[in-house]
Parts: sequence; C-alpha cells; structure tokens
Amino acid sequence: MSDAFTPLIRPAGLCGLLVSFGDSLTEPANRAALAFAAAVGRAGIDGIEECAPSLVSVFVRFDPLHVSHETLEAALQNVLSDQDWFAAPMPSGRRFIQVPTVYGGTLAPQFDEAAEAAGLTPEEALASVSEARVRVQTIGFAPGQPYLGLLPPDWDIPRQTNLTKAVPAGALVVAIRQLVLFSVSNPTGWRHIGQTGVTLFQPDKDDPFFLRPGDEVQFVPVDAGVLDRLKGDPDGGAKIEALT
Amino acid sequence: MSALIVHRIAPGATLQDMGRTGFIAFGVSRGGALDRTALSEGAALLRQDAGLAALEMPGMGGMFEATEYMRIALTGAPMRAQIDNAPIVWNASHALAKGARLEIGPVTAGSVGYLHVGGGFDAPLLLNARSAHLAAQVGCAVSAGDRLEIGADAGSDTGLSLPTDPRLSGGAIRVIESFQSHTYDADTRTRFAETEFHRDARANRMGMRLNSDGEGFFAQGGLNILSETIVPGDIQVTGDGTPFLLMAESQTTGGYPRIGTVIPADLAKAAQTPAGGVLRFAWVTRDEALAAEEKHRVYLSSLSKLCTPLVRDPAEIRDLLTYQLISGATDGTPE
Repeated sequence: MSDAFTPLIRPAGLCGLLVSFGDSLTEPANRAALAFAAAVGRAGIDGIEECAPSLVSVFVRFDPLHVSHETLEAALQNVLSDQDWFAAPMPSGRRFIQVPTVYGGTLAPQFDEAAEAAGLTPEEALASVSEARVRVQTIGFAPGQPYLGLLPPDWDIPRQTNLTKAVPAGALVVAIRQLVLFSVSNPTGWRHIGQTGVTLFQPDKDDPFFLRPGDEVQFVPVDAGVLDRLKGDPDGGAKIEALT
Repeated sequence: MSALIVHRIAPGATLQDMGRTGFIAFGVSRGGALDRTALSEGAALLRQDAGLAALEMPGMGGMFEATEYMRIALTGAPMRAQIDNAPIVWNASHALAKGARLEIGPVTAGSVGYLHVGGGFDAPLLLNARSAHLAAQVGCAVSAGDRLEIGADAGSDTGLSLPTDPRLSGGAIRVIESFQSHTYDADTRTRFAETEFHRDARANRMGMRLNSDGEGFFAQGGLNILSETIVPGDIQVTGDGTPFLLMAESQTTGGYPRIGTVIPADLAKAAQTPAGGVLRFAWVTRDEALAAEEKHRVYLSSLSKLCTPLVRDPAEIRDLLTYQLISGATDGTPE
C-alpha cells in the first residue's frame, strides 16, 4: 500500500531542488527518500552535481545555467513515476553493527532523566533502548553523524528547552523516538543517555565515514571499564556483520 | 619547497579554496571561502587557477616571512599591508623577495581579506579539498609558528591590480523564496524585506546573526518542522524570531524554518558586510536571480582582462624609498 503523501518537488535555493516524501518522519517516507536518492544517482541525469537524502527528502544540486529548473524537474518527475517509492527495498550493502555503550553514570548523565520523561524505570529504559535494533535514517548535521530510529513509542519525548552546552564525540542522545550519535562535540537539546567510543568521521581515511544510511545498529550495554579498554580503537569495539 | 612562515596571525584565519562537494549525504557541508569572488580575483591577479587555496583572514591579517622568492596577491576586504615596512596596494599582486616580511593589519572596509600565493598553498588534500572546515574538524586554523607550504608556481606576473568591487559595505542583498518560505505569511515576508538588519559582531564561517529592532519573524506552525537540507545563503529563523544567514560552513541539515535564500551572486557581498554593517533583503524572482547569476559569472570570467599594471605616482615612489631606507636600518638592529 502506498502512503497518502504525494511526492513534492520544490526549490531549495537557486541551485537546488528538494524532492519530499512526507512532512513528518515515517518509515515508508524514509525508505522512499533513500531509494529515490540512489535511483537518481544511477539515472545519470544531465546537470545534476550532487544528490543527497535527508530524513524524508532528497536534495538535488545542479547548475541552473546549464540545465533549467523545468527540465530537471521533468527528469525527476520521470524517475518518480517509475515505481512506488514508499514500498522500495532498503539500500544494498547494509550492515548490522553492535556498538558497546555505557548507559548512565558520569559518562552519560541524563539517562535517568530521559527514562523518567519516557515514563519508564531505569531498568525498563535500559532494556528498551539497548534491545532496540535501530536503523540509520540519515547522516546529517555534522560529518558522519547518524539519525537512528525508530525507538518504541515511549521514547516520543521532546527535546529539552535548554541546550546542553556540549556533549562529547561518541555521545548517544535521545528525543522524539530517535537516537543521534555525535560525531564531534556539539551543543544539543537532546538528552545524553549513553557514551560510545566510535569515531564516526576520519577525514584522512579512504573510507572516512563509519556509518551509512540503512545500516542497522544496536547499542549494547557495557561498563565504563570496558569502554576505557577500547580507547585507541576508532570503531569503539563495534562488531560489524553484513546484512543480506 | 617554498613556504610562508607565520610569525603572527589573527584568530580564525584558515586556508580556503572552493570547498568540497559531494559530501552533503555524509553530513559535510561544502565549506570553502566565504568570498569566492575574492578567490577568482586572486587567481586573475596571479594568472592562475581559482581553485587554489588562499589564506582567509577575518578582520585582521598577521606577519609573514617568505622562505624563497614568491608572488602574492591580496584581495577581498582591504587591510593595511606592508612589505618590509613599505605600504603596498590591496587588490593587487606583488613580488615577495626571499626573507621579506609581509605585514597585514586590520580591515579598512568589508570583513574578510585574502592572501594568495603563486602556486597556491599546499595544504593536504582531505575529501578532495584543501580548505579547513572547522565545524567538521577537518584541518585547523592557522597559528603563529606555522610554516605554510606553497605549491609549484608556473607563473611570473606581478604588479597587476584590479578595480575595487563594490561588494564590501553590505547594503542591498537579493533573496529568493525557498521551500519553507510559505511557512511565513505574506505580511511577515514583506516586513522582512522592509527591515534594516545589522550584522552581529559574532559572525563566523557558519553564519551570521542578523539583528534588528522590533518584532521577530515567526513561522506559522511554530517549530514543528522536520530537519531538512540547508543550502548556503539560507536565512534560518530561530525560536525567538531572530534570523541567521547561514554561510559556507553551516550544518548540512537544520530543523529551524528558513524564510528565504540569498542568491549565489550576492553571497560574497553578504559575507563581506562589516561587523555592525547594514543588510537589507530584497525579494527577487527566480528569473531575476538567474539573470544575476549569469551577469556574475560573466564578471568572474572577465576578471583577468580587467587586471591593469600598477601605476606608481612618482611622489609615491619617493615615499616608498624612504620607507625602505628606514626598514633597512631597522633590520640591522639586533632583536
């Protein structure tokens, strides 16, 4: 069954178009965005300089003096009509990654507060988050930084009204049924519930980004001593297996 | 390999080129020089490629020493500059002798100045670009004591100058509607274009806060907007109604609504607005924006023809000689 939302093509600045598959985050809309971005990449449409999926949209950058908005829009519309994008399969080459994570304590001081906001005891919250197998819905905001979801409905908690001044790289934060794993230290309105040792972005490597959209991730509880021993491993002790 | 030794440098100075494309999907915005027109001007003055890296200096320059003979050009926001204590002209190319000291002071107009070298700065290539992207922790700011390596220089021209482009004092900036503009009602969009904004002094490579008197600018539906792709030039409005102009090093996505987007042809002008300077936004249609883009590219491609030899006023030359005599005496003094 296809989603009720009709995909929209709208301008994003003078040199961009945004193809949107929803106005809120849903699993089919996210799936559509990932699959459509890959299809646009394969289509080799003249004039497209870059194509990037976000949560439920695909951004297409082009040179409007080389190809007109109308021409490009028609070409994108053509790809849109190829199939039901909301029912598209996930990208190929996906992986299942288990990331050692310290929940709560001094390394992740907002765990209890987040559990309370979700209406769960700390034990229930730990089980709920650490057993969830979440998917990378998009990489964005900062280099290699994933948005992961969806968590169970209990976790539909708002962002804090005040920003946390900074969480460290590798911080796992939660809000609105999503997790974000921070690639660099940044301020955030999301609550800091876990700490990992993963380095998400290594600019001097041939393959500089640890995660890709579509990857599935589980944040496995470990104690602080284990995380400490994993220092020096850019993967933070993560176990990676291919998904078929 | 020749190099420029940094003896003193203003905070926030970085090596910049045209930035890195193709990594939005991985959360890395394009970055690159805030004033790309300045990169083209430097390239025209040194008769080389506009993609080579230059030193971007926000507000103030520094003190540099050449390890070998090299060619330099100075573009963007004019700053007081001297070679071995003799004043030199901005928006021009010059020869820098081995051991010569180049001193670049504070801006006298605009916001960001550029120092180009023949052959370009040879910073390591990371994700297909040499530019530092501080927000992504790619590369870092230049600091005192650094030795900036310089690529092989195939050119030989110096002593060229370009007329000063009128982009250095802020003023009228053209904007087009983007995919979230409709979340602001027509009255709010009109008021936005009638408001005089001042560039906040805390502007950086990620963006500049636009201060104004009176009421803020509020989207219908508040802040329940899904995180979406940001393009450079987007004007995002935070929860308290304050607009921020997002620049080269912005995040790749953002959840605050955007009222409009500065057209690419006016981005360098917006970036060069001096601290406290005025910006006024004018809505234009897509066709007007495309015409502006075409005109801008024609201007960029005409730069090398617009270069003229520096003409020296005989009175000035005497003046320069005096400066050089003084500098000679100074150099003889042990430090």
